[in-house]
Amino acid sequence: MSRRAHISQKIAFSLLFLSTVFVVIPVVAILVFIVKNGVGAISWEFLTSYPRAGMKQGGIFPAIVGTFYLVFGAIAVSLPIGVLAAIYLNEYAKDTLLTRTIKLAIVNLAGVPSVVYGLFGLGLFVVFLKFGTSIVAGSLTLAIMGLPVIITTSKEALSSVPKQFREVSLSLGATRWQTVRHVVLPNAISGILTGAILSIARAAGEAAPILFTVAAFYLPKLPRSVFDQAMALPYHLYIISTQIPNISKQTQYGTALVLVGLVFILNLVAIVIRSRFRKKKKW
Amino acid sequence: MVTAKISCKKLNAWFGKVHSVRSLDLDIRPHEIFGIIGPANSGKTTFLRTLNRMNDLDLHFRMDGEVLLDGQNIYADMTAEALRSKVGMVFAMPMPLPMSVFDNVAYGPRMHGMRDRKKLAEIVERSLQEAFLWEEVKDRLGMSGMKLSGGQQQRLCIARTLALSPDVILFDEPCSGLDPISTAKVEEAMLILKKEYTIILVTNNIKQAARVSGRTAFFLMGELIELDATEKIFTAPKDKRTEDYILGRFG
Repeated sequence: MSRRAHISQKIAFSLLFLSTVFVVIPVVAILVFIVKNGVGAISWEFLTSYPRAGMKQGGIFPAIVGTFYLVFGAIAVSLPIGVLAAIYLNEYAKDTLLTRTIKLAIVNLAGVPSVVYGLFGLGLFVVFLKFGTSIVAGSLTLAIMGLPVIITTSKEALSSVPKQFREVSLSLGATRWQTVRHVVLPNAISGILTGAILSIARAAGEAAPILFTVAAFYLPKLPRSVFDQAMALPYHLYIISTQIPNISKQTQYGTALVLVGLVFILNLVAIVIRSRFRKKKKW
Repeated sequence: MVTAKISCKKLNAWFGKVHSVRSLDLDIRPHEIFGIIGPANSGKTTFLRTLNRMNDLDLHFRMDGEVLLDGQNIYADMTAEALRSKVGMVFAMPMPLPMSVFDNVAYGPRMHGMRDRKKLAEIVERSLQEAFLWEEVKDRLGMSGMKLSGGQQQRLCIARTLALSPDVILFDEPCSGLDPISTAKVEEAMLILKKEYTIILVTNNIKQAARVSGRTAFFLMGELIELDATEKIFTAPKDKRTEDYILGRFG
């Protein structure tokens, strides 16, 4: 190898390495910062009791519960609809102007700011469908926000299953649906779950979509039905960071830490499920 | 005159504007190995895939004319699924599904509603035996089909097709990815299978056609140039173009 090629190889390698470090540093810094400032606030009481004294004391229990409800509600709606839509688009839809437009629209929906989803949810679910500010309205809004990601990643996962598998299945007299059900889906499931993971994280962390549709400033009790309002971690964090004067920094960072931890645990569960499916994958 | 198993009348096929099969009249007899040779883009594979309607998957595909299987029009009188369980196909590249050897062979019958475990086990054993694979895999039916060697994979694909007890088996250059020993095994299987099944073999390997097929057709640019008993095609072709191809002057 010539000297020049050797040097440019070195430079390229260093650049790639530095870029990676540059990506990792902020993530690590944020985590360290939150943990360092917030870990002192974490206690059994903080996790299991209601806020007291104008949010300055007590815990964040109702916000944790509310976020769980919202995330599960959102995923329960958006995962099945998103996967079915992806199956339709990838396996059945013919390549017409209409389907191409739909695909383009779905990709673009992923770029719509979350506050716009919030306003949309307010207009459709809260006002027009008369759900009021409620868990239903908030979950559905989060579900719609998550759909583009789920559809796009699911479609990706489906189309990465080799075309020959479909041909083989059809050549053995299977119907299209049998082919999807027995050959395509089992081999796409781990990719589909990746989409679910991404949208869980986003649904748990966003404040804007739930701002007008579900989130309550303070509730003395847990929601009893899906038509009740609920507190949620991102919104609670926003309140205690901006609306409550003289609140201790530790409480703020403690709440942030719980939110990050919750997303982490939800992701972990999904990743474990995914890796179990991956082990079954045989090629 | 024997009645034809498959009969094509004025069959034409297009992909978009490309006319790949041109006005083909052709009868295939029961229990023969019908070889099809010809250079690339001569319409061999398109013709083969017309016979089990695999071309239907391509949006640009168009055809006219008739294909009759035992007198029934395969594009009008039956569903594609019913047709494909009677006319099986073995593809050029061995392509086991990502599942066990057993499940690969049982896939077809299962998709047609077979649930009885005992019967499935019988079908799997019979099919693997007919494809000369049983002895090599009988102790590891639970192993992934993708872990077999290339030649074994191709015989697994043959067994998978046999599991549906089809009438006709289409072979689309089945040995193009195989070594000579595996090729010999597949050819041996074909010669025995013709007792029970009708076989249509598309091949790029002229010698293979000479070895196994009873009658051979020569395709060129979507047209049937010559069709005759294999010895005649290879020893005394009537058409100059057939002779040129067989002698390796083009293609």
